[in-house]
Amino acid sequence: MHGERVVITGMGAISPFGQGVHCMLDGVRNNRCALTPLPKYCLEGVACQVAGIVPPLQQKCIPRELRRCMSPMSVFACLAAWEALEQSGLGRTPERRMGVAAGSTLGSPAMLHNFFEAFLAERSVESIRSTTFFKIMGHTVAANIALACACTGRTLAPAAACASGLVAISLGYETIASGREQLMLCGGADEFHLLVAATFDRLGAASHECVPELASRPFDTERSGVVCGEGAGILLLESLTSARERGANILGEVCGAAMVTSARNIANPDTAAIVDCMRTALDDADIRPGEVAYINAHATATEAGDIAEGQAIATLFGAHTPVSSIKGHMGHTMAASGALESILCVEMLRQSVYFPTRALRNPDTRCGGLRHLTAIEHAKQGPILKNSFALGGCNCVVLFDTYKP
Amino acid sequence: MDNDTIVTKVNAALAEEFELEQAALVPDAKIRDDLGLDSLDIVDMVIVLEKAFDFKLQNKESLAAIRTLGDIYTFIGELRDAGTIR
Repeated sequence: MHGERVVITGMGAISPFGQGVHCMLDGVRNNRCALTPLPKYCLEGVACQVAGIVPPLQQKCIPRELRRCMSPMSVFACLAAWEALEQSGLGRTPERRMGVAAGSTLGSPAMLHNFFEAFLAERSVESIRSTTFFKIMGHTVAANIALACACTGRTLAPAAACASGLVAISLGYETIASGREQLMLCGGADEFHLLVAATFDRLGAASHECVPELASRPFDTERSGVVCGEGAGILLLESLTSARERGANILGEVCGAAMVTSARNIANPDTAAIVDCMRTALDDADIRPGEVAYINAHATATEAGDIAEGQAIATLFGAHTPVSSIKGHMGHTMAASGALESILCVEMLRQSVYFPTRALRNPDTRCGGLRHLTAIEHAKQGPILKNSFALGGCNCVVLFDTYKP
Repeated sequence: MDNDTIVTKVNAALAEEFELEQAALVPDAKIRDDLGLDSLDIVDMVIVLEKAFDFKLQNKESLAAIRTLGDIYTFIGELRDAGTIR
């Protein structure tokens, strides 16, 4: 896309590894697994045994008047956004116009559950807290970030399920590149709820493995499905002009993006659409496939998804470009995943390493004979391609590179 | 229920719901200006008081005159005197 160059000047993460980008980075770099057995109260009615749950956080650092409208997903997003803004040097509430693009799979399912539990028992809304709706509404994450960070620009709240986080980055990139905003807080957040895990289970796509370290194994013949998780990833995207003017530390550049819809089936991954999406993103960035140095796959460890994506990657890149998925480290953090994994992509560029697919021992050859990373590898120069896909036919690809003046 | 019990129960309910310091809970404290509650909080304040004293407020307009914490103590005392709460 021609227009303003778009750079990244701040990043924040709440992940199953804990609070902060450093915490997630340390876990992934050391090839640890952040998955844990599900609490017993979550197990009723589903076969899932393991999840990527965020450890307890110090929520009270968020003032009550903000926190009262936040379910866990917004708490995660708020803390991640503040981390990104502090890293950027702008502080938690910059005194300048800033927009937000942040999505979640749903509004808080737990709060929706609570609402109907109370309403159906009493046939009255008299006991419903005034703030309940603000936790349920579709743009709860974006609205809460806007409030916590004093955003006065546009509020965008893409709802593209598992691709929401990367779609938000893509929207932020387009918004800045077109000159509509100078600063955009972008990403996604989700909180674990049985509704999502049970849905994957009903679709036959959820892992039933009870050993956390073996529960999420993208691309492996022994994989058993997706492991649901939670978290938030937020990146501060900024026009290069703005970043230069204020002397910001530039962490990386967004050099291209694309969104492509598969109109064939609401649930099935679509190799042709994925190929189209990656090709469109490469065209947007004016990059040829051979120039891509590494691919961070969506790969959630479902059979259909891994095969469709693997074959799409093989179609465009052959066995030339190294590929890995982070889902083995912390499961599928849903709307947060595209953003958390984008943060890791930027860190891989900064640290000149590529992280492997954890617990990948026997690559499934039906995934297209890719060049899988099974151990940490020194990076070569070149852009990183990041994939995210979602139920509903949503496909999104974003390209990141080291900022070069 | 005596007046001291009303004060204790009101203060405990509001301190927990709105994370208020006990020291701020004096009769002259203005609910909006001193305790920092806004219109959303006032809705929830009614819910927590109803729960604390086990009653259902039938006439929401009766809240209109409440400005201070002391007004709440008086309001609850009037409900007790009318037999609405025990």
